[in-house]
This record gives sequence, structure tokens and C-alpha cells, in this order.
Amino acid sequence: MILFFITPFYAVFALAFGTIDPFWRDAIPVWNPLQWDSASFRETLQKIIIPADMISLVLLVIAAFGIYYLARSKSKFRFVYMAVIVIAWMVSWHFIHEAMTAPEAAIYRPAFVRTFMFVIIASASCLVLGYPVAYFVSRYGGKYKSIYLVLLIAPFWISYMMRMLAWVNILQPDGYLNALLSVFAPGKITYGWLEGHWFTLIFGIVYGYVPYMILPLYAGLDRINENLLEAARDLGADGRRTFFRITLPLSKPAILAGFVIITLPMMGDYYTKDLLSRRPTTTMIGNLIDQSVSRPTGKGEAAALVLVLAMILLIPMAYYMRTTTKETERW
Amino acid sequence: MDTSNAPLAQKRRRGYFRNPWRRPRILQAITVSYLAWSILPVTIAILISFTSGRSRAIFQGPPSLRWWIHDDLSVLKNPEYRVAIKQTLVLGLSTVLIAVPIGVLFALAMNRWRGRGAQTANFFVLLTFVVPELILGTSLLIFFTKLATFIQLGTMAQILGLVTFQINYPVIIVRSRLLSIGRHYEEAAMDLGASPLQSLRKVLLPMLYPAIFVSAVLVFADVIDDFVIVRYLSLGAPTEPMSVKVYTAARGSPVPAINAMATIMLMTTLLVVTLGSLAFRHFAKQQQGEGASVTAELASQM
Repeated sequence: MILFFITPFYAVFALAFGTIDPFWRDAIPVWNPLQWDSASFRETLQKIIIPADMISLVLLVIAAFGIYYLARSKSKFRFVYMAVIVIAWMVSWHFIHEAMTAPEAAIYRPAFVRTFMFVIIASASCLVLGYPVAYFVSRYGGKYKSIYLVLLIAPFWISYMMRMLAWVNILQPDGYLNALLSVFAPGKITYGWLEGHWFTLIFGIVYGYVPYMILPLYAGLDRINENLLEAARDLGADGRRTFFRITLPLSKPAILAGFVIITLPMMGDYYTKDLLSRRPTTTMIGNLIDQSVSRPTGKGEAAALVLVLAMILLIPMAYYMRTTTKETERW
Repeated sequence: MDTSNAPLAQKRRRGYFRNPWRRPRILQAITVSYLAWSILPVTIAILISFTSGRSRAIFQGPPSLRWWIHDDLSVLKNPEYRVAIKQTLVLGLSTVLIAVPIGVLFALAMNRWRGRGAQTANFFVLLTFVVPELILGTSLLIFFTKLATFIQLGTMAQILGLVTFQINYPVIIVRSRLLSIGRHYEEAAMDLGASPLQSLRKVLLPMLYPAIFVSAVLVFADVIDDFVIVRYLSLGAPTEPMSVKVYTAARGSPVPAINAMATIMLMTTLLVVTLGSLAFRHFAKQQQGEGASVTAELASQM
């Protein structure tokens, strides 16, 4: 099994760092790591990111950390820190400006930025939507708890394709959503929800992944000892304070786990976009990979993009693995 | 009476928010509407498969089986769809038959063989859970087209790809069950004169049946729904299972036959899961009290 798992990844590396056939323009894998050539990988990387992006990102991160420390420190050097931050901001502004104005070479960059935006918006919406549901079921489920749980798990057994197909039906120009809206508005509404709108896509992603957020949230909230909540109430905290001082901090690991569980597949999602919006204006990283894989000569670029995606996801994956291993050891 | 009523209602409303033991009506409303929102679209999609019109957007009565059996483009009469159904079943069954035994052996080995080897194996089992399917699918495709070219794309490659990452269900479930059983039973059997193999086969394996069964059900259900890996490793239309057909037809096909197909997919999964949970209950009744812990472990795994 390990053979079947490691060798494909190795093949990806070999292809991403391989050479390109001069005649067919197709990528040729190079199996010897000593002969790896990063030219084609760098070529792909240049389509994603330009140096100004990197520099401005790094400077912004430095500035953000600086402000964070400045807010807490009472050091007498804090004016020096402040000066450093201001300079960092100004310099990064220069690079941001450059990054904004010269993006022609980086044809894949918009898709990357878009994917991050979409994933952030969608996972935040999943939390906002999922937390109350998980909270209600875990605390007030009462005798209906098992029914609620069955309904919460039901989407797991319905294939993702089926669930997206359902929305393709409903969002048609003559579909049920427009029919419903026509009741409230004068005239007949035939809005093309599926004509490449970012909000339809985000809506679809939220619909697709929110069950995967709710279950870990539920598990985390259900584990909270009710005695703690009662103690907080006995000590005079009102409902809101109990929630913000006890429940929310205790559910933080569950929230993080939920985020990781949904953002990992979201980052590699391409089918939601293919089904709910076909315009290139909503292309995500997953679509870039899917499109290059489908192109006869695009396998090398696909391998490079997969590596970039894997690198981006390294931190959340490592986090998830660490927490899960810890839990397994507890058994 | 009217004049005194209004302040009372107002007071009562204010009272509702002051009362620390109030019924959480708002939360309940959110939960119920969320559940409706999550189930209703699928119900509508199933309903549309029984339409008698051509539109995929709205249901046109009376209910008919036109897109199931009657029309030339229906699921029954369209050869492409029949092939897809067969392919899904072939993939599901063969993945279960390959992945579950290997997974059980793997779990047994990991349980016995502690140390670094087991840790590495555990790492890879978890990794298959975490890595997005797109990354797995692309690397498997590159693997089969560039390195293992002796394996043709198509059913064989699909099964191998599916086994690679479906193996983690039996491994994780059986392993957690093994941990909860402990080694006492086996040791007792060996004290009574059973050989290690006998104690494994006659004592341990029957106790593992529920866990093995659950993992088989999970693997089968997951293979039916799997899409990314199967699509990349398919070789043209004859090896595309139902999920891939739904993907291609969702925006391409103008008729609701695809809804019928998606309904078949859903029904297959639900059937397997229902049968699985019934059989699981049967097993659990045989082994009083043991079943509950497996369910709890399963719930924590999901």
C-alpha cells in the first residue's frame, strides 16, 4: 500500500522537475533526483506568483506581527519598532502597487487569489451556519437528538454530485428558486443563477461542505462538561457570558478541526465550479489542475500545480495529522 | 381589555429574553431551517426524476416513469447509463473484496507490531484521509500513465486507485475495535490450548465481524459516491461509473434522465447503509454491550 502511495507522489515530483519533449511539448519524467531540472517548475511558478507578491506578503506579515507585539509591549524601544513597521508598510506598499499593476505574466495568479477568497468566505459561512446548529443539537436536542443526528449525517450518504445536481435543477432560469422569487416580486423572474456568478459558487460550496463542519463541531460541543456551564451560571454569569467565556473557548479545538476538514477538500475542489458556474471568471486552483490534466500536453504543468497546492496545504494537513494522532494515542 | 393587552405582550416578550431557562426558539428555528435546506433540494431532484415533461427545472405532473423506463433516453433504455450502473457495482464490489481483507490484515499487523513501522503505517493511513482527492487523483493518473504503463487506465487502474485510499476505513475501524477488545480473550484461548492461528480465527475474528462489516459498508458507499479518482483513471465512456455520468450530464444533458440515475445512486447507497446498520444491530445483539462502543468509536471517527 505504501508502494502505491509513495510512488505516485514520486512520479509527480519526477514529472514536475522533468524535462520537456522538444517536439511534442509534453513533459517527460526524470526518475533520477540528481538530474532534476527546475526550469519547467519555475515556469509554472512564474505564472502563479511574481517576486513583488512574495516580498509584499513577507513585509506585511512582519508588519502585522510587529503591531501585535507593539500592542502588548511596554518596552522603551517601541518607537523604534513603530518606525520599523511604518517603513515596512511603506516599502510593501510599493511592492503591492507593483504586484497590482504588472500581473500579465502571472496568468494563474487571479485563480489562486480567488480560491483563497472563496475558501475563506465559504468556511466562515460554514462556521456561522454550522455553529448554531451544532450547539442547538448538542445542548437542546433532548429526546429528538437521535433524529437530529440522523438528519445531520444524511448528507454524508448522498453523493456530492447528486447534491450539486439538485441545485442545478433548482437554479435553472425557469427553476423553483426563480418561481419562488416571482411570488414576491412583480413580473416573472428568470435570473440566470448558473451563469458564472461567484455567489452561486460560494453558496454551492457552503451547501456541499457544511455537514462536514457541523459533525466535528457537534462532537466537540457534546464533549463539554455541563457542570462547567452550571458552575458558571451559579457564579453569576449570564447566558451570554457563559457562552463567550466557557463554551466558545472550550469548542475552539473543534472549530479548528472543522475548518481544516472542510478547507482541505475545498482547496482541491473543481467540480462545484464546473457544475454551478462555467465562466472562467470563477476558476479555482482545482480547475487549473483539472484543465491541465485534461490537456494532452499539460501533465507536467499539472504536476507542478499539484506540488504547489500540496505545499500550500502542508500546514493544515500537518495540524490535522498531529491532532488525530494524539487522539488515537489516547485510546 | 385591548389597552392592557399591548403592554402585557411587550412585557412577556421582554420576559422571554430575560428568562435564563427560556426555550431556545431562535436556535431551534435555525436548526430546523438548516435541516430543511439540506434535505429539500435533494428531494426536489428525486421528484423531478418522476416528471412526465422534458424540463429538468420543474416537475410536470402526472408522475410517470418516463425517464426511468419508457423514454428512449431513459436510464433503462440508454445503453450508456446501463454501462455506468454496472461499472459502479463492479468497482464497489471489487474494492470491498480487495480493500477490506487487506485492511483487516493491516490493522492486525499494526496492532501486534508496535514501534516505528506501525507508526509509519499509521502516518500513511491518516495521510490518505487528509490529502485532497484531487492531489491523489492527479498523482495516480501520472503514476499510471508515466510509470506503471503496464497497467492500462480503466477498470483495473480504478480499482487499484480506489483500494489505495479506501483501505483506511477498515484499518482505522478494525484497529480501534482491536484496541477496545484487548488481548485477554486471545490469551485465554491460548491458555486453553488453542494455537495462535486458531485463537485468531475462532476467537478474535468473530469478535471483529461487526467492525469488518461496518467498514465494508462504508467502503462500498464511499466508492459509489467517489468521483475524482475514478474519473481520472477511467478510459472513455465504457469505464465511467454513475458519479462521473452525473457530473458530465449535470450541465450537458437536457433531459431529467440524469435525475433518475442520481436517484438510483442515492438509493443504492441508502440501501447498503440501511442493510448494514440492520445487520450491525444483529451482530451487536449477539455480542451484548460490545456494539455500543463500536458505534461510539465510529461516531468519533466520522
